Amino acid sequence: MHSHLKSSLPYSKLQILLLYLGWWAFWSFTQACVLHRLGLSWNVSVIDALVSNSLLGVFAFITIAIFYYYQPGTTNRAYRFIFALGITIFYCVLLRFVLSYVITSDESYSNFLMNSMPVRFIISFLVLCFVTLLNWMWSILKEQKEQEQRRNTAEQLVKDAELAKLRQQLQPHFLFNSLNSISALAGTKPNEARKMIQQLSDFLRGTLKKDEQECVPLREELDHLKLYLEIEKVRFGHRLNVEINFDETILDAPIPPLLLQPIVENAIKFGLYDTIDEITISVSSYLKEGLLHIQVKNPFDSETQLANQGTGFGLSSIQRRLFLLYARNDLMLIEKKENQFITTLRIPPVR
Amino acid sequence: MKIIIIDDEPLARMVVGEYLQSHAGLEVVAECSDGFQGVKAIMQHKPDLIFLDIQMPKINGFEMLELLDTIPSVIFATAFDEYAIKAFESNAVDYLLKPFSKERFDSAIEKYKSKSVTPVSSEKNIQGLLENTAKQPDDKNRIVVKNGSDIRIVPVQDVMYIEAYDDYVKLFTKDTYYLKKKTMSYYEQVLDSETFFRTHRSYIINLQELTKIEPLEKNTYIAILKNGKKIPLSRTGYTKLKEMLGV
Repeated sequence: MHSHLKSSLPYSKLQILLLYLGWWAFWSFTQACVLHRLGLSWNVSVIDALVSNSLLGVFAFITIAIFYYYQPGTTNRAYRFIFALGITIFYCVLLRFVLSYVITSDESYSNFLMNSMPVRFIISFLVLCFVTLLNWMWSILKEQKEQEQRRNTAEQLVKDAELAKLRQQLQPHFLFNSLNSISALAGTKPNEARKMIQQLSDFLRGTLKKDEQECVPLREELDHLKLYLEIEKVRFGHRLNVEINFDETILDAPIPPLLLQPIVENAIKFGLYDTIDEITISVSSYLKEGLLHIQVKNPFDSETQLANQGTGFGLSSIQRRLFLLYARNDLMLIEKKENQFITTLRIPPVR
Repeated sequence: MKIIIIDDEPLARMVVGEYLQSHAGLEVVAECSDGFQGVKAIMQHKPDLIFLDIQMPKINGFEMLELLDTIPSVIFATAFDEYAIKAFESNAVDYLLKPFSKERFDSAIEKYKSKSVTPVSSEKNIQGLLENTAKQPDDKNRIVVKNGSDIRIVPVQDVMYIEAYDDYVKLFTKDTYYLKKKTMSYYEQVLDSETFFRTHRSYIINLQELTKIEPLEKNTYIAILKNGKKIPLSRTGYTKLKEMLGV
């Protein structure tokens, strides 16, 4: 009866078999005692109890076997109980036939059997309903487990895809414009051109080598950001000011890679690419409430940008990634204050 | 010949200036770092040729051109812009992909000088280009208009409805309207079809503003906006609108 339970259940086959046998023995014993008290001899009581409970066991097995091969959908739940009712009727008819055939020694027994049929019917119906219910719950449990497994696989795939995308997101615009700046510098300031080639190479290398599964020290991520911001500074000259503030003590804190980069890119996109004035982008990092906080501030023009960008500012993928990593939705805060757009990441300590 | 360079990156302007030095008779009269400055400088200097970047703050290169009454010859210089490059190619306008070599730059100048042979960027080509760059993502969100000497950026959701007006369209907002040299089908194509709906040959409405559809006569209907403005509905417009609203 337990063959269909598979390994997904928390009990081993042997345990279930023992449980089942124990149950069977307990019921048989109880029934025999009750029958004896009702005036039947021990002999008759024991035979009656063993026969009816064994038969009930066989019927329970049949019920489970049938449900193993045929699982009614969720739409017709009542069907299971109608089925249990049918099985019960069949059981009672058979029981009556078998018992009256087996026990012939006691004259009054056939009368007793006749009178006790309603009680036997009710008890066996309850037992078979219980078996059906249990079986049903098991099947739901199994399905849930499979579903969860599927969901996990799907999420893993999404996660991988998103990370791959992030990695490829090396914006071509940024790359070609940087190359153009190098081309400009090469004519008049070859030393600066060489320096920028160096920075761009280091930046690209940093982006390519990152293993998205491994956390990296905050120091590394900040260095990577600095390179990026240095390059933008060459491109936009005096227009871009960068402030980076952090507590020396937290520089070794591990953080997931490629989280900061898109946020700073976003800050550059809205703060620098789409403004005319001189601007300051600031990155600061500190510990608060046991979480590593990283804050990026950029100015934005509320008039032309809010209407266009909505509230997302393209940061929803970060939110999603934080959720995938930490199963929390409160790790990224976005504030807009007096034309300042403030994004704060809160990174929990590594588990 | 007078030349203006419009690019938001100083180093990018520098390259153009440097490459131009070897061409006698070409004089850079202004360098601009955004479209607003660009419009001003072009109106002031009336240049023969401009070098124009596409991605710039506030208004992009195409939006800047739309604001001009007379468009000078244009050589576009851009880093990476799939849509724009497609548009350039189909309109025979010359464009430089950054970073570009001196040779490539010289050939663009040559092309411009021998305009009679190969038109580099006649006004007709530019108009075609501007119609063709409909897929620029910016156009979905904002419309750049000129109001006298003022340049205004109108978020599309502020547009209540659009009415055809000869060669122009009138974009109505809460307080005023703006004229724009575009076609109805341009806006029908560019604007988000979830929000903007063409009710009639001469009208596009913002569905956020729609409050009622009323019968006018037998089989004819009008749409009524929140401010009470009545907009004609064509028969096909009415059927489609009903379908869209799910009634």
